[in-house]
Amino acid sequence: MNRRESIKSLLLGSVTAGALLESCTQASPEQLEQAIWKYQYGRTPAEAAVDTRLLEQTFFSDAEKEQLGVLANLILPPNEHGSIEEAEVVPFIEFMAKDFEDFQLEIRGGLMWLNAQANQESGQNFVGCGEIQQKSILDRIAYPIPDQDEQPMEVNFFNLMRNLVLTGYFTSKVGIEELGYQGNTPNVWDGVPQEVLDDMGLAYDPEWLAKCVDQDKRNDIAQWDADGNLMS
Amino acid sequence: MQIIENAKKYDVVIVGSGAGGGMATKVLADAGLQVAVVEAGPYFDPADPKTQTQFKWPYESPRRGANTKRDFGEYDMAYGGWSLEGEPYNHIDGTKFDWYRSRMLGGRTNHWGRISLRFGPRDFKGKDRDGLGENWPIGYEDLKPYYDKVDQLIGLFGSKENLENEPDGYFLPPPKPRLHELMYIDAARKSNVTVIPSRMSILTKRINKERGVCVYCNQCNRSCAMYADFSSGSCLIFPAQKNGGQVDLYVNAMVKNVNVDANGKATGVSYISKEDRQEYSISGKVVILAASACSSARILLNSKSSAHPNGLGNSSGLVGRYLHDSTGAHAAAFVPALMDRKRYNEDGVGGMHVYTPWWLDNKNLDFPRGYHLELWGGMGMPSYGTGFGPNDLNKYLGKPVGGYGNQLREDVKRFYGSVVGISGRGEAIARYENYCEIDPTTVDQWGIPVLRFHYKWSDFEIKQAKHMQDTFEELLTNMGGTMLGEKAGKEQNYGLYNPGAIIHEVGTTRMGDDPKTSVVNRFEQMHDAENVFVVDAGPFVSQADKNPTWTILALAWRTSDYILNEFQKQNF
Repeated sequence: MNRRESIKSLLLGSVTAGALLESCTQASPEQLEQAIWKYQYGRTPAEAAVDTRLLEQTFFSDAEKEQLGVLANLILPPNEHGSIEEAEVVPFIEFMAKDFEDFQLEIRGGLMWLNAQANQESGQNFVGCGEIQQKSILDRIAYPIPDQDEQPMEVNFFNLMRNLVLTGYFTSKVGIEELGYQGNTPNVWDGVPQEVLDDMGLAYDPEWLAKCVDQDKRNDIAQWDADGNLMS
Repeated sequence: MQIIENAKKYDVVIVGSGAGGGMATKVLADAGLQVAVVEAGPYFDPADPKTQTQFKWPYESPRRGANTKRDFGEYDMAYGGWSLEGEPYNHIDGTKFDWYRSRMLGGRTNHWGRISLRFGPRDFKGKDRDGLGENWPIGYEDLKPYYDKVDQLIGLFGSKENLENEPDGYFLPPPKPRLHELMYIDAARKSNVTVIPSRMSILTKRINKERGVCVYCNQCNRSCAMYADFSSGSCLIFPAQKNGGQVDLYVNAMVKNVNVDANGKATGVSYISKEDRQEYSISGKVVILAASACSSARILLNSKSSAHPNGLGNSSGLVGRYLHDSTGAHAAAFVPALMDRKRYNEDGVGGMHVYTPWWLDNKNLDFPRGYHLELWGGMGMPSYGTGFGPNDLNKYLGKPVGGYGNQLREDVKRFYGSVVGISGRGEAIARYENYCEIDPTTVDQWGIPVLRFHYKWSDFEIKQAKHMQDTFEELLTNMGGTMLGEKAGKEQNYGLYNPGAIIHEVGTTRMGDDPKTSVVNRFEQMHDAENVFVVDAGPFVSQADKNPTWTILALAWRTSDYILNEFQKQNF
């Protein structure tokens, strides 16, 4: 299912009610956004209209998306924490290619380069040529030439793909869990855990600590004396 | 095209709703004046769930937080950026100036860094020390009572340190240092560099029943839905309205010029409505410009009349002159001791918990003014870019860089939180030769002539940046860090950012007692038009190495008191 079809199905629950869809696409960008968009993240109406337009567009062919999926899985194979599919890495890469058009040529051309290599060596496209052959190609492009600014096209292409795959994974729900990030939640921060300080051989300076917030009093309304000394 | 006149006559028309406009709104509306606030962007309330980005995860967006649409990442709460569609600005003689504009109620206060530093006694009298630039006509003692009031009204954390040029105020207690900040404290002390708790307008403790207390999400740049940080809307304009103030907000209203009568006295402003592209006028007894230093200069220069042929308030020819921004440079290091970190929530407040104020005497240095240091690092929330170059740091460990496969997962996890950086923010000398002016060749999409900029750093700023780079290296190396990238050298101006890039632009309507050498007087009142005031950073004579917001607020309050006094004397 391509992006446009998936939007239709989100909107209608099926892809059959074409007439209804026609009338809905006459709606304002805001209404469309409200109705179909799983992403609700504080856009202005103008930003929402741009993003809705991007989401409706298709850039990669189904074959390219399949190839991106295979490549992404080679770069980051699934483990017990999560997979490329769970992290929605390929849809993310497609969105970025539409959002930042400089990526389009480099990715599309790079995928073709991979196919050409695979065809030359095994008479098959990259997707069809088997993992051993795929890896033998990647082994030649996955390591930048040390201490050299200018790198060959295929090394730059692979570098871009590695960056997008890794960032796509580690900004996903499963990836953030695997990384172990603990924040983005209301809390009362009260310093570095003692065990961490102990591990590092560090300690809070008592004089410094005396200036710091007493979290038990955080809800007491601040009052000062005439010299600015906090009294509450 | 017909100009649509608003029949209501206000006491005060305020252009802009950021720090200066918000403070004037609060003080004047609380005193019972009828106030119109004219804002070029839409209405914005940090607590509105529809526009809220606070607490959003990267995967709630299809671009995972990338900055393709908002310059500081898509969750940053500024509707604007370095360039605005249909509202260009130009440059003269190939010079550089980066101009950041945010068009929304509250302006740039919705996303700013909340670093809230008073100017000290020395900051008002730089010329006395080194003969450069100009002294302010006022001194610290004039502003101190207003800094004190701003502290208590808005709230900031900090600590009493008794440092001569870093005056203490009415502080809330600061948060405890993070792990890398503890390492920085040791590193700074080893080099005899001052280090103290940072001073930021974030509520670590309740100051009233209307605003919340910090929940340590590290996202002040997304604007706090609990109103626990300073934004002009949540802390000044909404309270003024709730207090029964007569405040009319005109949003999406792009002010074009100040209108004057035959005697050159201001009668109000004209604006273009972004909703219907019609021109409207609003009249008021007093006009207060608070559109930001460069936008206010633009409005004044576009307000030509027979009484003010060079633009309103520009008989001195100095409107737009003495434009200056803070200097800025940075460096980062890989700190191996911070690899393989035990995980815990390290978000803290939206910014650093400790910082370094200027600690040296320029008499012994080859540049005239100081800088402060801001520290960054920690196990922050992943966003677009996390995982780029997943094992680039291997090169510092003698291991191979690149590859593919599950080793990359381990690399990203191992290096997470192991990079620490320092930014320097310093004082530039205000110079006549650095300016903005109207570009006669270009109008924006509202038909309003735009600005063009002429700005060059001098050797002073470049030498200061060189000193910053040496300091960064010394402190980060003290922390056990390995510097990342080549040290910025002479060829790169020692990493000195373009003028404008620090977004502390000031000085375009500078204050002074002599109408020939200044645009406004010590009460931010125009020498040429007594019912026009400027309460953004335009009146700054010099910028210090401090962030301008706290001084904008103190000056705007002081000016508002003066305006009230003049109203009582029936001078308007």
